[in-house]
Amino acid sequence: MSGGRDPRPEAHVLEFEFPSDVRFIERVVEAVRAECKVMRYAERHITLNVPVALTEALANAILCGNGDDPEKSVRVRAHVGSTRLVIEVTDEGLGFDLAACAVDPTTPDRLEHEDGRGLFLMQKLMDHVERVEAQRGNVVRMTLHRA
Amino acid sequence: MSFTITKQGDVSIVEIDGQLIVGNRQELKQKMLEELEGGARKLLVDFSKTGYIDSSGLGVLVSLSKRIREQGGELRLAALNDDLRTLFELTKLDTLFQIAETRALALASF
Repeated sequence: MSGGRDPRPEAHVLEFEFPSDVRFIERVVEAVRAECKVMRYAERHITLNVPVALTEALANAILCGNGDDPEKSVRVRAHVGSTRLVIEVTDEGLGFDLAACAVDPTTPDRLEHEDGRGLFLMQKLMDHVERVEAQRGNVVRMTLHRA
Repeated sequence: MSFTITKQGDVSIVEIDGQLIVGNRQELKQKMLEELEGGARKLLVDFSKTGYIDSSGLGVLVSLSKRIREQGGELRLAALNDDLRTLFELTKLDTLFQIAETRALALASF
């Protein structure tokens, strides 16, 4: 896994690229969390919003976007700014329609389903989740305003 | 991250130390199913040492809950911190599980 850090004090930028393997998730999440801590984000953001939403985005990229194929890579760019956090997760998949995938897993008929809560949690825990058009790959961008 | 299973009377207590996420959920599922297959019918998951849970972790708990119920067993969850409680509330899984403030209260609820 490769990573780098922009030394500008007003905004730290972390970038990672790693093979599609869920074992990389915690390392990336911990690095972004640590940077949020340096930038004095709210404790709740550090312990709940960021780790859960980022874990979901990375799992989606690895398992859905890249089909769990270790030959394919996931790229992450986290801009940890003084007013907001912007995380972009890029996979090598064809992309998906966010609106079409946004089911409500809390309805009585879906409550006991094992799957289907990932995107829902991302949207609940981040201020904005969007799919961004890119020349190569599929990009999901999440924005969280600093409390 | 680790999962520890201990016995207190006829209750199997599962402690999750660290995160419960996509990378380790199958390990938890396997350990709890082994308990169930070994005859355990009262299972308690203690979250007092748990960091965060993702949707995969929640999904495994839902799946285990169904399986335990089908086998005539009972599942209790205990000692969720505020973040974990928020996750259960956002997903309305707090309506599906019996959640106790402490391990002692969960044990007493069987």
